[in-house]
Amino acid sequence: MGAEVVIEGLTKSFGKQAIWRDVTLNLPPGEVSVMLGPSGTGKSVFLKSMIGLLKPDKGKCEINGVDIARCSERKLYETRKLFGVLFQDGALFGSMNLYDNVAFPLREHTKKSETEIRNIVLEKLELTGLSGAEDKLPGEISGGMRKRAGLARALVLDPEIILCDEPDSGLDPVRTAYISQLLVDLNAQIDATILIVTHNINLARTVPDNIGMLFRKELVMFGPREVLLTSDEPVVEQFLNGRRLGPIGMSEEKDSAQMALEQEQADAGHHDGSTEDVRGIVPQLQPTPGLPERQGAIRRKDRVVQVLHTLPEPAREGIIASLTPEERRHYGIPEPAVTAGGRTPAHRGNLPAGEVADLPGSPAWPGAEQSAPTRPLRPRRGGA
Amino acid sequence: MSARTATVPGMGMLRETGKLFALGLDIGRGIFQRPFQLREFIQQAWFIASVTILPTALVAIPFGAIISLQFGSLASQLGAESYTGAGSVLATVQQAAPLVTALLVAGAGGSAICADIGARTIREEIDAMEVLGVSAVQRLIVPRVLACMLVAVLLNGMVSVIGVLGGYFFNVVLQDGTPGAYLASFSALAQLPDLWVGELKALIFGFLAAVVAAYRGLHPPPGPKGVGDAVNQSVVITFLLLFVVNVVITLIYLQLVPPKLG
Ligand SMILES: Nc1ncnc2c1ncn2[C@@H]1O[C@H](COP(=O)(O)OP(=O)(O)O)[C@@H](O)[C@H]1O
Ligand SMILES: [Mg+2]
Repeated sequence: MGAEVVIEGLTKSFGKQAIWRDVTLNLPPGEVSVMLGPSGTGKSVFLKSMIGLLKPDKGKCEINGVDIARCSERKLYETRKLFGVLFQDGALFGSMNLYDNVAFPLREHTKKSETEIRNIVLEKLELTGLSGAEDKLPGEISGGMRKRAGLARALVLDPEIILCDEPDSGLDPVRTAYISQLLVDLNAQIDATILIVTHNINLARTVPDNIGMLFRKELVMFGPREVLLTSDEPVVEQFLNGRRLGPIGMSEEKDSAQMALEQEQADAGHHDGSTEDVRGIVPQLQPTPGLPERQGAIRRKDRVVQVLHTLPEPAREGIIASLTPEERRHYGIPEPAVTAGGRTPAHRGNLPAGEVADLPGSPAWPGAEQSAPTRPLRPRRGGA
Repeated sequence: MSARTATVPGMGMLRETGKLFALGLDIGRGIFQRPFQLREFIQQAWFIASVTILPTALVAIPFGAIISLQFGSLASQLGAESYTGAGSVLATVQQAAPLVTALLVAGAGGSAICADIGARTIREEIDAMEVLGVSAVQRLIVPRVLACMLVAVLLNGMVSVIGVLGGYFFNVVLQDGTPGAYLASFSALAQLPDLWVGELKALIFGFLAAVVAAYRGLHPPPGPKGVGDAVNQSVVITFLLLFVVNVVITLIYLQLVPPKLG
């Protein structure tokens, strides 16, 4: 089973520039989570803080009980061996060919013979669709190939936690779909905890069990996928739909004058950049037929059903709809009003924003009760 | 430099200096950690030697000549022609050779190291290596520092020999000095510790050049021009450091080792 990651009150700034503060979340073992956020909100910085490449100012990040932010150097190097990290550009060693790149962790950390190493490396390269490119240098291949090679290297040590920084950027939609499937299949096979940082909406809607979103230096939400996908939080809604209309602006934040102007233009019929309303719960990507069922997904069902009553109405409906009749009977949940398996329509409630944003912070799974709730998003007026 | 947050002037520089020292200590520790990266060390030593030997040799000959000519002319004005040999040899072995060596090791070898490490930093290779549980200092920096030190010592030997030969040639052929007087004064004034201190200086200078290069390479200023700026700064910082450290070592040496002619 993958390791559990407990993050509490994590805060990071570079000098006077605050990146994000008080991020509290919990990556349940073996589950797939996605962190969304506009460019420049510090998603990459967040990943780097999780593996101890950057020191957070405050807070802790515990992996199997070891606080990455404060442990000794030896412990840090030990704990890092649990991680497989895919950097934004692959971060391959430029002086080695793909084969040696992927073999590097094995040669450093295991006593395997060259034949064993060869078998593992070729297997991982095939898995990522790179068979035949072993002898290429990183400088000679496309960005997408570098990314996949980086993933292959991240996988050779059978990591318990996999972190992916924008696995989709620079890839075409088809390759992105393959990468998504690959990550789900991996999760089914090795039951690793996975965190994917991305701004690809398709991936975010279909792959993860949990979704979080960073914006305005804070974690806006983190919780089961159904919560964020049905949220009518303006930021989330705007981001999922890729609209210009909403609180996110070109330079991360908008002032109210700009917002009013854009609203006026949209009302007058100017295109707002989005295509259709893509909120609502869509079926989750399943492992390729023939692979075992995802253990993380099974554990998640228990976990989510336990906190069902704390979730907002549309998320609750979505979750109930996604259960099979036997499961509903097993958990003692009445049949839903919506037809099972159908796509749950986006919720158009009129709860005050604060109330909606508060919910995912309430106990999301056992053990997380003591953690501070995610702060509600405050309406913002002008200024920096 | 990169600490733009410093409120007190000079704080930023102090902080950078502290970090530089911390890296120096890490490297010192890394030297004794196993496994030693022999392959990397040999490759780097070969590389640094290959980019420095020719320019060093080419600089050493005129340098020996300048010192010898200057000293010869000065000595003849004072009527001390017989000490020309000793004077120019001492100056060459103790001062000129280590500095020439260090300038070239820093200029040719250090800048290459800084550019290499800097490129790896911005491509996130260093981060990737750390995340794979491998210390970049131990794996990449330590072999480079040791290679720099080794090459500096070897080059220093070479520069001393070439400088002395060049000085001899110019003194005897161009200034009509006598070979006998040159050699006699040589052994009258020069002593073995002079050579040792020269080599020790070269060793320390090689270390400094490599540590500064590695430090700037690991922390390049942000942006696309970052690595270029880092290389530039590393060479300038090294040169400044070399001359300061040289003064200190020379002072200590002159205090500790008694001159041969009392
Ligand atoms: N090492 C660093 N030093 C100073 N500022 C940094 C550093 N790394 C990132 N930043 C800043 O942090 C912010 C977030 O960056 P990043 O995490 O790359 O965003 P993204 O969410 O697009 O991945 C940016 O404004 C960037 O300038
Ligand atoms: Mg990023």
